Amino acid sequence: MRPQSIMAQAGARRDPGTGAVSMPIHMSAAFQHQALGRSTGFDYSRTANPSRQALEQTMSLLEGGAGCLAFASGLAALDAALRLFEPGARLVVTEDLYGGSFRLFEKFGRPQRLDFIYVDTSDSRAVADALEQPGVRGLFVEMPTNPLLKVADLRALGRLAGEKGALFMVDNTFMTPACCRPMEYGADLVLYSATKYLGGHNDLLAGLAVSRTRELAERLAFIQNATGAVLGPWESWLLLRSLKTLSLRMKKHEENALAVASFLRAHPKVGRVYYPGLPEDAGYALLGSQAQGRGGMISFEVESRTRVESILSSVRVFLFAESLGGAESLVTYPIVQTHADMEAGLLARLGLNDRLLRLSIGLEDAEDLLEDLAAVLD
Amino acid sequence: MNFNTRLIHGGVGRDPYTGASSIPIYQASTFDRRRAAHAAYDYARSGNPTREALEELMAGLDGGAGAAAFSSGMAAISSVFMLFRPGDHLLVSKDVYGGTFRVLETLFRSWGLTATFVDTSKGRAELTGALRPESKGVFVESPSNPLLAVTDLEMVASFAAEHGLMSIIDNSFSTPYLQRPLLLGFDLTLYSATKFLNGHSDVLAGLAVAGNKDLAGRLRFVQNAFGAVLGVQDSWLLLRGLKTLAVRMRASQEGALFLAGALRAHPKVRRVYYPGLEDHPGRKTHFRQCAGPGAVFSFELESEAAAARCMDLLELPLVGVSLGGVESILSYPAAMSHAAMPRAEREARGISGALLRFSVGLEDPEDLWADLRQALG
Repeated sequence: MRPQSIMAQAGARRDPGTGAVSMPIHMSAAFQHQALGRSTGFDYSRTANPSRQALEQTMSLLEGGAGCLAFASGLAALDAALRLFEPGARLVVTEDLYGGSFRLFEKFGRPQRLDFIYVDTSDSRAVADALEQPGVRGLFVEMPTNPLLKVADLRALGRLAGEKGALFMVDNTFMTPACCRPMEYGADLVLYSATKYLGGHNDLLAGLAVSRTRELAERLAFIQNATGAVLGPWESWLLLRSLKTLSLRMKKHEENALAVASFLRAHPKVGRVYYPGLPEDAGYALLGSQAQGRGGMISFEVESRTRVESILSSVRVFLFAESLGGAESLVTYPIVQTHADMEAGLLARLGLNDRLLRLSIGLEDAEDLLEDLAAVLD
Repeated sequence: MNFNTRLIHGGVGRDPYTGASSIPIYQASTFDRRRAAHAAYDYARSGNPTREALEELMAGLDGGAGAAAFSSGMAAISSVFMLFRPGDHLLVSKDVYGGTFRVLETLFRSWGLTATFVDTSKGRAELTGALRPESKGVFVESPSNPLLAVTDLEMVASFAAEHGLMSIIDNSFSTPYLQRPLLLGFDLTLYSATKFLNGHSDVLAGLAVAGNKDLAGRLRFVQNAFGAVLGVQDSWLLLRGLKTLAVRMRASQEGALFLAGALRAHPKVRRVYYPGLEDHPGRKTHFRQCAGPGAVFSFELESEAAAARCMDLLELPLVGVSLGGVESILSYPAAMSHAAMPRAEREARGISGALLRFSVGLEDPEDLWADLRQALG
């Protein structure tokens, strides 16, 4: 089956007892054993739950992986991935990454004696140099990055990580498997904040980790069961429901984002516009070579902080909120919201200033979004 | 606000207390009434904030004055029939949904509401011919189920206005994304929201939208008095389903156009019923009142045995009742949606044992076509 068909029938045909088209929500903590040593395969929901498993198997199939695990949030999934490494290990990571990931690395990874080398992963040469440093065991990449939407060359990085024997992890939250499947380029582990596009409705929190090999999936399953940050059955079911419209939504997000980015680029009060769907964007061609879509995230600069404040208080269609990837368009102020935990020096080097706004473009009529932005910019 | 934006932001989309982007699921049957601020709600049958968000959204989408959400499509339809009195008479589309036929011919007939079934797709003369002094309403489906016959809606609305009838349409197949009959002069639209509006084959729900304030008030009275209201969880899921209505309808319709065209050219297919095909007799009328052909078509094979074989061999669509889901659903009207209709009635309406109905989901149309081809042999 093609990906769109897998998505449309996510969770279907899994309940032979009733034939229910929709996967049942198994709100059960424990499962009865038929006799001593005879389990149905389900014992306790932390270890495995049928609704969660339906989600995990569907995602694994979509991603072309050997196994997937669903977590309580995107950060819970990333936390489990960090636990794959021994104390003393070093990881090469994208420098302009999600602030929450940065916080997890610095406040929890470091005390556990993990070291992080921040590099511009859109520069493959810089990544190659960093991988040469002693003790490097992993490479963690966001593609495109948050919030500056820089594009890393997944093919090149996959090759480099493979040569060095470093575990190649890709946070594919902005792309989803509807647009990009990093395992095709050598990723060992694909991570998601499924709260974003995969969930797509701004109504659930979830994280996913898809492994390329059975061995890696089993190690992660051990960690998940031991630390217990699993996704609940209700959220698992809602997420399955969301997968059914994922590729349709992604197409519409992109269509709207292109209209908004083109509008912003031509607006006299707008400075830089970051969107890899614009032909003049630095990552445009590269993204086209490794993804089937451009996503719905845009960042842009205005002339002053005062202007930022007036935009945030007067938008009418956009919601001023943290998060992204939902049906509703959101505007976020990265320096205060998502990236508050990053140090000033790094922020300045990245170009992440107090005039930068991030947009998550939703599924509304593009005309309404343009009118809203036109009104607050003038 | 444009329609697609309304789907995302219409109704009470945000919680005023917390700012949550999704309306909370108010799983409450009763409400504290000590403070004036709470006076809007007393008991969830008469009003629940989650259900109300859905009702407001639907009223806006349909261009109506008010909506009421019910526990199923049939609950909505039955509640609307309760707006009439014993002794009243209705004119009803001939190939109406089997469940509507059943409730009219059994429960409402004994209650004193009678119906004459007319081929509304044939035009005004049919309606005039069946009109009686006690006629109070006209109930149509367009396109109809399962033969996709098209009725001229402006004609029905003007006929109803002339004769003082309430005009009612079951708009489940088209949804307001494609067709908004209230704007063509209809008094009331009905939906089995179980179908395309929710679209995920996981909720049962019905909706009725009234074109004017007076009718909306009467509808609310029946809703509260009869009490077949939609539950809170289901209201919330339906709101969630509506956010993707436009993208789902667009994709399913694209698939239906492709498959109906391909089936028509297949030697084992005797006939395809779909207003998206050039030779559909109601095509011109349909496109005057509806923005697209929709995502459901029916097709007739050579025999009952061929239909049974096709159902057996198809792997991708679910074989079952219902329609309008993300999964393609193949139905056998003679034994499923129209089983409630006596065989003679059914055959008089052209619903033969060789007829199959296909509701196109969101699968890749190429996969569906490959499956249909192998099943037709």
